[in-house]
Amino acid sequence: MNDMTHPSVFDVARIREDFPILKQTIRGKPLVFLDSAASAQKPRVVIDAMVHAMETQYANIHRGLHWMSERTTEAYEAARDAAATLMNANDRSEIVFTGNSTGAINLLAHSYGRGVLKRGQAVVISDMEHHSNIVPWQLLRDAHGIELRVAPITDAGELDMVAFEALLQDGKVGLVAITHMSNVLGSITPAERIVKIAHAHGAKVMFDGSQAIVHRKIDVRALDCDFYVWTGHKLYGPTGIGVLWGRRELLERMPPFMGGGDMISSVTYEQSTWAAVPHKFEAGTPAILEGIGLKAAIDYVQAIGYDAMAAHEASLTEHALARLAGVEGVRVLGQAQDRGGVISFTMEKAHAHDVATLLDRQGIAVRAGHHCAEPLMRRMHVDSTARASFGVYTTHAEIDALADGLIRVRDFFQ
Amino acid sequence: MTQTDDFDDLRDLYQEVILDHGRRPRHAVRLEAFDATAKGDNPMCGDRLQVWLKFKTDAIDRVGFEARGCAISVASADLMAETVQGRGKTDTRALFAAFREMARTGACPACDAALTEPLERLAPLAGVHEYPSRVKCATLPWHALIAALDGAKEASSE
Repeated sequence: MNDMTHPSVFDVARIREDFPILKQTIRGKPLVFLDSAASAQKPRVVIDAMVHAMETQYANIHRGLHWMSERTTEAYEAARDAAATLMNANDRSEIVFTGNSTGAINLLAHSYGRGVLKRGQAVVISDMEHHSNIVPWQLLRDAHGIELRVAPITDAGELDMVAFEALLQDGKVGLVAITHMSNVLGSITPAERIVKIAHAHGAKVMFDGSQAIVHRKIDVRALDCDFYVWTGHKLYGPTGIGVLWGRRELLERMPPFMGGGDMISSVTYEQSTWAAVPHKFEAGTPAILEGIGLKAAIDYVQAIGYDAMAAHEASLTEHALARLAGVEGVRVLGQAQDRGGVISFTMEKAHAHDVATLLDRQGIAVRAGHHCAEPLMRRMHVDSTARASFGVYTTHAEIDALADGLIRVRDFFQ
Repeated sequence: MTQTDDFDDLRDLYQEVILDHGRRPRHAVRLEAFDATAKGDNPMCGDRLQVWLKFKTDAIDRVGFEARGCAISVASADLMAETVQGRGKTDTRALFAAFREMARTGACPACDAALTEPLERLAPLAGVHEYPSRVKCATLPWHALIAALDGAKEASSE
């Protein structure tokens, strides 16, 4: 079968044509962008959708009675339908728009945490969370008397399932809030097993899918989880819009997070009543243009297809692990069996920041630091790492450029 | 290829002096007898360092430090120690202001002529001004030094 008749063949050259920014040179060298896990680049369709909305129909939404407001409301609400379809949600009303994953987790910690969880109950996170899935629960712990438990990980960077289950044995755990894919190690957590164990012990489950949704098809009904959060800008969409998906019956039990316009049913000085979900949680003028951009981004990844994206990424990751293993002095953190296209590494004799700067001099963008996961850094006994992460537009040649660049860095520090 | 690689494109920031002091710092010791000490911490990147000072009347007699950080921060701490030993406290504060200006802009045209000689010693670090995210790496040791002079335990972040 040739490429013409085999639609699943991944044509990365054609994909790259969709991203205007990739044509750039940096310091006279072609851009090698390996920092998509921090924020992904945007395809032309996303840029155009936002610009087109501003140029032709922009107005505030939900309240206007004029043509422009109606068109913009339709375009914005289409993002909710797209997100619901993307995640296989039961109903579009289960999609709550937030500013980002952090906003979604804070909403949940505040509303579900204070409104539903009872003092003395516990929340379980893991030892490989982003700060955004640690700090909101610490705030809840301190304000509401919730116990915070941390499920350990193995040296390979996988969730320790025996220890995880042990944390739930006393039946006090009300919520498990855990990453679906580590932003540092790339480890994908066994979501279905986590849900089965948690539910068996009476706990609800929230997944932080900020990374996972970029790499895996997320089906919240198949996962059987209770909440799932992610952010648009890592999925080739704009910044400023994220998603909290929740089971409708749970969202309905939760009190509002922020008060204001758009989230009310009626307001008197004595008492206000709330709008139905999801609007109960969406106070104020939302990120309208960003919603429109997110819809375009979701359509874009759906057109490529998760199977094709995952296969491309698995191939890149395998190639990268093989190439990095060949660079003396480079050590990759974590060896999870199930992993996505995020690889953290350290280099002997060179600090991660020096590695990043010296790669940057060669036109290669990686991230360096603690990746907003200081407890995980301590767990893995490092101060900081460099991290290369891949997107739909990443090529095998770029991985080779990284490996060759690292050899130069190593030789430079010899 | 690497045998003939002269690394010219990598040298603007990482000059030989910086690599040398980053790799083999001369003053990376914890002083047993000291008059002041302070820590510096860059929470954005995880760099940590502590500076110990021994005074002789109104001058800095000895500087020691311990650092966990990049080559730039270690080299900067070492060059700082080398440059301020034997220097008066007031003079050291003036030198810090001049160095900070140089790290941010690449030069210090308005600086006092009396600072020309010590600034020249620190000049290999002037390249950081082209890397806004790395300026702090170079200035962190100085913030800890000034905190120690002020009697503070920790450097305040910029």
